[in-house]
Amino acid sequence: MEQWLAHVAPWLSANDIFTPATLARYWTGLVNTVDLVFVSLIIGLMMAVPLAIVRSSRRWWLSGPVWVYTYIFRGTPLLIQLYLAYYGFAFVPGVQDSWLWFFIEDPVYPALFAFTLNTAAYTTEIFHGAIRATPRGELEAARAYGMSSARAYRRIVLPSAFRRALPAYGNEVIFMLHASAIASAVTIMDLTGAAYFVYARFYTPFPAFICVALIYMGLTFAILAVFRTLERRLLRHRQPAA
Amino acid sequence: MLWIDFHGYGPRLLSGAWLTFELAILSLALALVLGLIAASARLSRSRGAAGVATTYTTLIRGVPDLVLMMLLFYGGQIGVNMVTDQLYALFDIDIFININPFIAGVTTLGVIYGAYMAETFRGAFMAVDEGQMEAARAYGMSPWRTFKRIRFPLMMRHALPGLGNNWQVLLKSTALVSIIGLTDMVRVADKATKATHEPFLFMLPVAVGYLAMTTVSELAMLWLKRRYDTGFEH
Repeated sequence: MEQWLAHVAPWLSANDIFTPATLARYWTGLVNTVDLVFVSLIIGLMMAVPLAIVRSSRRWWLSGPVWVYTYIFRGTPLLIQLYLAYYGFAFVPGVQDSWLWFFIEDPVYPALFAFTLNTAAYTTEIFHGAIRATPRGELEAARAYGMSSARAYRRIVLPSAFRRALPAYGNEVIFMLHASAIASAVTIMDLTGAAYFVYARFYTPFPAFICVALIYMGLTFAILAVFRTLERRLLRHRQPAA
Repeated sequence: MLWIDFHGYGPRLLSGAWLTFELAILSLALALVLGLIAASARLSRSRGAAGVATTYTTLIRGVPDLVLMMLLFYGGQIGVNMVTDQLYALFDIDIFININPFIAGVTTLGVIYGAYMAETFRGAFMAVDEGQMEAARAYGMSPWRTFKRIRFPLMMRHALPGLGNNWQVLLKSTALVSIIGLTDMVRVADKATKATHEPFLFMLPVAVGYLAMTTVSELAMLWLKRRYDTGFEH
């Protein structure tokens, strides 16, 4: 990174705003944004699979609580959830004296907490929809083969549901990338935070925000490309023969 | 909510909630109009109009709404000042336009969600059966009457689920205006939290306020869906 900056420095010498220092800040912002989004998406995904199975249960006392969880997290703004995690944790009795204190010292942890619970709620509903849309014939075939319901889930229902959920999950990933911009509201130096810093420092809204908008757009198109490739591979059986 | 002690922030929370509601409704109206125009432009035979509309929807949907909001909010005034400065230098016209933050918020949210609405409308317009349109023409209906009586009602049936989704996202996005300085209910709660150190007392009622709004919208969507499903079997 340092070497690269030294390399582009002369090229930038005529530029007042995009100095090596500001570029380094944008770089930190990019790393923080990708970090935050990636970690919360991974943990959220791992939570969403069992939650979606429970949510699809026919027993109301199992599916009910998960429904309440997703309803609340999908019905309120992520910003409120972030503020609750960021401001709220310090006021939970006992936290101040326990090992959990690390959680409050760095705003990244409350942000990760809120983002993870939020994306888990949306992903749970996406998977739940996909599980419910399983063709009856697949289930009947599994039962006819004498599969237990656990085995049928593992071998038939889940693989077929994941494929059906793929396009919607791609949208959720992009949504999460865009939603992560609010991390700057709790003093995290993400991409948007870096842009705001540059804006406030030089009072130049157009270069500062347009630059970061282009970076976000690049990330969005990269995610779109990944999911398009995945869809082409995993949903090949659904495409018309060439 | 008189039985909870809001330390005197109660009235401000209520007026913040009203501002959230106004902001959401007005931006929705703007987004629907922009969405219809952009969708029609994308489907029109004019290549220029289609190109402009495609650029609009692609650019807006690739960037976080907060970044666009900051760009239009902080950049808007400077942009307007540059224009008025030029007017003064060239034509000796001396005006000063001060951008009202509320109008800026409505415009930004409307422009952003107009792009999402456009995609929903475009898909829905394409799903309308061509035969219906031919029948309307055979009855001698003018293009505008065809749009009003046939194309629009039929399109709405396909568009409703998407529109409902966009509205829910838009409603929750209004919370972002608190970051750029509008006193909606989130900003009031944020200020009150910082002053009193009681986050749950202020954030939880705001969360309940949003939940109430999303629940009411869901019920309204069910009613609309039944209305536009008239004449179709399930």
